[in-house]
Amino acid sequence: MTRLSGWGRTPVAECRVKTARNARDVAEALSEGPMIARGNGRSYGDPALSRGLTLSMAGLDRMLSFDAETGTLVAEAGVLLADIIATFLPRGWFPAVTPGTKFVTLGGAIAADVHGKNHHRDGSFRSCVEWVEVVEDGGAPRRIDRHADPERFDTICGAMGLTGVILRAAIRLRPVESAWIMQETIAAESIDAAIDIFEDNLDAPYLVAWIDCIGHPPRLGRSILMMGRHARAAELPPRRRRAPFDTPRRLPLRVPFNLPGFVLNAANLRLFNALHYEMGRRKAGVSLIDWDRYFYPLDSIADWNRIYGRAGFHQFQCALPLDTARAALSQMLDDISEAGTGSFLSVLKRFGKGEGRYSFPFEGYTLALDFPAGAHSDALIERLDRITLDHGGRFYLAKDARLSAETFHAADPRFAALRDLRRANGWADRFTSLQSERLGL
Amino acid sequence: MSKSVLILGATSGMARAIARSFAAEGHTIRLAARDAARLEPDRDDLVTRYGVTVTLHEFDALDLESHEAFVKGLPELPDIAVCAVGAMGTQEENAASPTIGASVMRANFEGPAAIFAHLANAMEARGSGTLVGISSVAGERGRASNYVYGAAKAGFTAFLSGLRNRLAKKGVHVVTVLPGFVATAMTEGLDLPERLTAQPEEVGAAIVKAVRQEKNVIYVRPVWRIVMAIIRAIPEPVFKKTSL
Repeated sequence: MTRLSGWGRTPVAECRVKTARNARDVAEALSEGPMIARGNGRSYGDPALSRGLTLSMAGLDRMLSFDAETGTLVAEAGVLLADIIATFLPRGWFPAVTPGTKFVTLGGAIAADVHGKNHHRDGSFRSCVEWVEVVEDGGAPRRIDRHADPERFDTICGAMGLTGVILRAAIRLRPVESAWIMQETIAAESIDAAIDIFEDNLDAPYLVAWIDCIGHPPRLGRSILMMGRHARAAELPPRRRRAPFDTPRRLPLRVPFNLPGFVLNAANLRLFNALHYEMGRRKAGVSLIDWDRYFYPLDSIADWNRIYGRAGFHQFQCALPLDTARAALSQMLDDISEAGTGSFLSVLKRFGKGEGRYSFPFEGYTLALDFPAGAHSDALIERLDRITLDHGGRFYLAKDARLSAETFHAADPRFAALRDLRRANGWADRFTSLQSERLGL
Repeated sequence: MSKSVLILGATSGMARAIARSFAAEGHTIRLAARDAARLEPDRDDLVTRYGVTVTLHEFDALDLESHEAFVKGLPELPDIAVCAVGAMGTQEENAASPTIGASVMRANFEGPAAIFAHLANAMEARGSGTLVGISSVAGERGRASNYVYGAAKAGFTAFLSGLRNRLAKKGVHVVTVLPGFVATAMTEGLDLPERLTAQPEEVGAAIVKAVRQEKNVIYVRPVWRIVMAIIRAIPEPVFKKTSL
């Protein structure tokens, strides 16, 4: 038995773990009883923990082919986006959609149907997936093509591994001319102003805002918006133009142990957020920034999840419809302010049209917050759940560790259909996670 | 300069990582194992990631008669040969059944030594080459918990050391690798201490470096040098009563 958790480090479960190294291992694991596939453990809560078998896909980490004409990569599910970038960025290709960490597996990205800073233009991860190969029972893996079998394709993306084990996939990469991002930073005095800026800049390829979620107005809600696009080689300074895919090495940092609670106390959080805002405000304007710092600022700090100490932390992420987002966000900020439990990192993004039967994003705004685990945060997060529900919002399973089945289904009636589908196909007996049990999926 | 690297026992997780480390340096890779068709995804992976030439070769470490033909059948005598052949079994089975125990000894010692004997002779005749043998810290001192495996690895370690001595003036270098704990299929489910457990990628990187620097004996994580020095130093009357 192995003690496992998600990236939020809570809950922790004793799991029976095996590592799959080929398709046969997956079929064998399935024959042993209920299981769930686990990628690199970067979902925050309990979707990759199981009371049955937790099957690590780490051994299925081979890239199988690349078509340089179309940018199509075929790879096994355990390949990390970090490996894909290391291999293909020097050849001029980048993932078409990427979440805020590059340490996710291909299979995990599809199962959670992750999104990035370009959802408003490019959609979620599923939009770059051509086909997936899935093990759904003891039989041979089945290839599911997005065009040939859109129904079944839809039951994979966003279904959190509860409808089959993703073995391989073909994804399309995006051609880029350099490893650099042309970033434009704008400071916004309030969340309302931030939303105005979002709506005025929907043509920006990448768009994200960091929000100050500490303290009280006028600090609370002020934001730094970061727009970005892949820089063309010709836009680089001459010394970079010769090697447009070379970027400076970053010093590897590591949080060596669980930090004691006082490190992230209210005063330090305020200081951090004030500095962050001030730096963002001063840097406002256009600058070149390398891909790693732009897309994955936290990846440079290994084990950053330890900053919350032993108890771990909760991520709260909701999606809110366009027409209610302003009201919901301002109410959320009020509640956060009142609770005095600031969120260390708070991120706002604009979603474009939603796709897929079980995918999280739909047109509107998405807010991600994190809070140290504990009773004080729980009360606040439950209020945020309520505001989300009242405004027609929905929750992100990749972040969730604590929603009640009732709240989840009230917000997202689509998943009742998934539950029925799982029962009808026998998947409910084969694929179970602590999350699927908690949420009655 | 691109060299050719032969990986024997290429299906293991450790071998996969070793092959990647050499391929990342631009070397041509020859993957050899029983049922070599299983290695097709590994070949595709190396080609896709590193754009190097990779070929697959049928090789059975236990079929000693086939070794000579195997070496002759390779596209060329490799510049570097890595032997990652091995099998641990469980100590209970190895101890209970002398036949199973003997097969573990053959897989970890007899087979690897036999193929290296062929390669060593050919490399000696050519006057160049590097042999890398993956042995084990388990061979440093026999312990109740896995002495059958350990005895075989002890034999292989001694064989490598003798081979290194013999070939030292013939332009052929021999590297002995004692990886310590490595997170692979072989150790899955064992409760290994994190600080002592290397990831397969670390083994790959350590071997590439050892070959470049012509190291003789490497432990992948330096802490193992200390651990094993202590374990070797414990007097036998004390050691026999421990459970390590």
